[in-house]
Amino acid sequence: METQPHLLSVITFLPLLGVPALLLLRSDDHAWIRRVALAVSLAEFAISLWLLPGFVTANPGYQFEELYNWIGTSIHYHLGVDGISLFLVILTTFLTPLSILASWESIRENVKGFFIALLIIESALIGVFVSLDLFLFFVFWELTLIPMYFLIGIWGHDRRIYAAVKFILYTMFGSILMLVAILWLYNLTGTFDLPEIQAKLQSGIVSLPGVTELLLFGAFFLAFAIKVPLFPLHTWLPDAHTEAPTAGSVILAGVMLKLGTYGILRFCLPLFPDASHRMAPLIGVLAIIGIVYGALVATVQHDLKRLVAYTSVSHLGFVVLGLFAFNTVSIQGAIYQMLNHGVSTGALFLAVGMLYDRRHTHEIKEYGGLATPMPVLMAFFLFVCLSSLALPLLNGFVGEFLILIGVFEQHHTWGAWAASGAVLSAIYLLWAYQRVAFGEVTVEKNRTLPDASKRERIILGSLAVVILFMGVASPLFTRRMEPTTDGVLKHIEQRMQRPQLADTPAHLGSSTKQISVLPAAQAASPNDITEQRMPR
Amino acid sequence: MQIPAEQIANLERLAPEIVLCFFGIVIMVLDPFTSAARKRIFAWLGFAGMILALSAVWLAAHDPGLAYSGLIRVDTFSIFVHLIIFGAGALVILGSIQYLDEEGIQRGEYYALVLFAAAGMGILAGANELVTAFIGLEMSSISSYILAGFRKSAVKSTEASLKYFILGSFATAFFLYGIAMVYGATGTTRIDLVQSALKEMAHPPALVILGLGLMFVGLGFKVVVAPFQIYAPDVYEGAPTPVTALLASAPKAATFALMLRIFYVSFGSGSNIWFWIVWGSAILTMCIGNFAALVQSNVKRMLAYSSIAHAGYILVAFAASTYIGVAAVLFYLAAYALMKVGAFLVVAHLGQQGEKRLEIQDYAGLGNKQPVLAVCFSLFLLSLLGLPATGGFLGKFFAFQAALDSKIVWLVVIAAINSVVGAYYYLRVIVAMYFWEPSKEYLPTRVAPALTVALVIAAAGTLYLGLLPARVLFLARTAADSLALH
Repeated sequence: METQPHLLSVITFLPLLGVPALLLLRSDDHAWIRRVALAVSLAEFAISLWLLPGFVTANPGYQFEELYNWIGTSIHYHLGVDGISLFLVILTTFLTPLSILASWESIRENVKGFFIALLIIESALIGVFVSLDLFLFFVFWELTLIPMYFLIGIWGHDRRIYAAVKFILYTMFGSILMLVAILWLYNLTGTFDLPEIQAKLQSGIVSLPGVTELLLFGAFFLAFAIKVPLFPLHTWLPDAHTEAPTAGSVILAGVMLKLGTYGILRFCLPLFPDASHRMAPLIGVLAIIGIVYGALVATVQHDLKRLVAYTSVSHLGFVVLGLFAFNTVSIQGAIYQMLNHGVSTGALFLAVGMLYDRRHTHEIKEYGGLATPMPVLMAFFLFVCLSSLALPLLNGFVGEFLILIGVFEQHHTWGAWAASGAVLSAIYLLWAYQRVAFGEVTVEKNRTLPDASKRERIILGSLAVVILFMGVASPLFTRRMEPTTDGVLKHIEQRMQRPQLADTPAHLGSSTKQISVLPAAQAASPNDITEQRMPR
Repeated sequence: MQIPAEQIANLERLAPEIVLCFFGIVIMVLDPFTSAARKRIFAWLGFAGMILALSAVWLAAHDPGLAYSGLIRVDTFSIFVHLIIFGAGALVILGSIQYLDEEGIQRGEYYALVLFAAAGMGILAGANELVTAFIGLEMSSISSYILAGFRKSAVKSTEASLKYFILGSFATAFFLYGIAMVYGATGTTRIDLVQSALKEMAHPPALVILGLGLMFVGLGFKVVVAPFQIYAPDVYEGAPTPVTALLASAPKAATFALMLRIFYVSFGSGSNIWFWIVWGSAILTMCIGNFAALVQSNVKRMLAYSSIAHAGYILVAFAASTYIGVAAVLFYLAAYALMKVGAFLVVAHLGQQGEKRLEIQDYAGLGNKQPVLAVCFSLFLLSLLGLPATGGFLGKFFAFQAALDSKIVWLVVIAAINSVVGAYYYLRVIVAMYFWEPSKEYLPTRVAPALTVALVIAAAGTLYLGLLPARVLFLARTAADSLALH
């Protein structure tokens, strides 16, 4: 609401403000470094919850907008949230304190640097979700990479350097082409401002020739597909996840992968609807291959963390499929599944991390019968597995179900294949759980392992509450998403109904001043946006 | 006796170079009379010369125009480039003091040569006439030949000097030959008059095109673009590292400035004469620089190749053939000078006595041992890589933007892919610094205060250009516009 005009800026930069605070502490004062980091991230979470009461459910546009000139007149500092990004921001602020708690004891080297990296990541991730200027978006997008690179490379496991380099090169390759596309889009529309570009493209003031649109779509989509990751671009993910420290995996799986799906929903679908439609069959097939392939590969893993990593390939295949089914239900399901995956997979990684803290191995055969020495931890683990495999009443079910309904409406075959993924997920998760928790204790060392500590119970308990809450109270979330998703779908369909527009360049440049689709908050601020010159 | 106002204006407009030469000569004169222990005083004298020259630029900026019957031109464009050159020069002087002490070659003439070289580059940046430009080119080149061989006792340094000298002389000869041809065809050597002479002709005569080609060879050698880049890695690696910092930054800015003037102003009417040359050279330069840098294990040599790659990115903006492109080149040069000088100064310091610690494994664990220095170096490397929030990113950003604006899409795509290739080798150094175990025998040396100041300025400048580039960008655009006023 207008009462907190800088709320988004505060949320974006608060974690960054924690960095100098940490720098001022002595680097061997681990206790205080942890406390300050936790305090900052908790405050951040509390402030981000403040978005909820102010968020107007019925408004499909951007809210809490902030708009200032940054570089010249063309690049702006423009923030805003809508039904898509709102919960992703909260997901980020929710998972960060949990990852900090999870690293409480397991990180012993260079503690200060670790928490600084986590806080920088949080800022950058939130920045990606709330920025409405393509330049600003790109800045945050790239800034997420470097701290994650260090998280994996410094505090990771044995093959960390290989994994870190692979991760960063892969994602940079995708994003650099996106940068070219962003610049190209600027040359066509004369602005970096997302709502303005959207308005220009939708109203037909600027129309993209078919090939151009396809190339632009391709450049954006490649960057996002690598991030998601969509089969066959997923090969960086198992390594990065397996080698990252627990907190890194949680952030990576919980939030960073969502950057990809978020990007698709925010940029690819609304800006390039024709190309999205044209490419949908291919992308749908790739997504289904990802679902099935990810599930099958997860089944045969003997490394618990790698198994969880592959579940991400499978689950995010669902999300991409839901997005490209172009159906209100499936898109809502996809957004919901993004949140679910963040919570459930985050929780899975946290639980696996707790096992690792005890035994320093991820090998499944090193465990077995753990339900005896640590009943509480295993109970939580089961709960999280069930949520991830989409048991009704838990969060995963809602998302997956919505996606499947929506997809079935559009393509029966897609739906059938995707549903097989849901079955497979039950197989790999329950089988893994059975090998870890049930039966006799096979390794002698495991007999004396301590059960979940108080800190761990807090972490898993809060996740369990959220999982259950999201499972039963999903309308609270979907209601806020609905106007935005409807808006996205509506103009995709509009564009599809009048494809002839693309061939009438008469509109081009006829008037750049008639864009009044911008929300009021923006219309009140600097005047030069609408009067921007079109580059030749 | 009354001094004519015109003479005063002339002096004002050449003031920066006059100041530099004056200080250079003073240092040369005082050098023999100073005991070896007190040679450091010349560093500060040289630094003062640079700072005064910077203020003289400010003086000249107040009264732009032609000087000495059109030989020198002071406009925003030349001012901008002067600032880059002298700024880089000042940073290099600050960064050299400790190095020269360690190597035992603290001598006055080092600083004098730096000043003379800077004066030559200043002339290059302001030259409005080709023979004057040639004089500037020779002045800066000859000084740099000597500087490259300043570590006499080291074979590599001597080799660098000789190689630079022989090939450099060839290159300047090419440039001179090109001037002669242009003169033959147009009857003038003034850059602006060549333009008007060419405008009167329906087609540019073959002689002019040949002249342009020869000038591209000569200047291309100095800015290190392919296929004239062969000498650069050896020279950059062999030269004393602070000298490398200078060679990689200031002459590049000055020579690119001259290239812009010649190509855009003289031959601007038929931009397609040179477009494909620049286009091809850009691709070649980026690919050679980046792919060769991939396989280097010596950080100094890797940075040498990276500076070749960066010349390629600058050519991408150059190829745009618009004034947006000129602004992008200028912005890039400013960002590039800061990050490259910073990076080389760090390498100079870490090389320790005799430049013996230049291999990548010598950087292992630096993040633990010297965290601040490591953070600084990482910043420069990330900026060279083109990470957002650094000057290097915006340099690339504006360069790509300018090129896309001129619809040179594929060149931009190739440049973009190249910059990812670049990411690999820059990140490798960061990997070594932070992810590898520190080597036991490494004993960090203290970073001298002067070097600290230089590094802090370079780092702050890199961040400033990355976060709040508006002012510099505006200046670069004004400079580009002033080039159009010819």
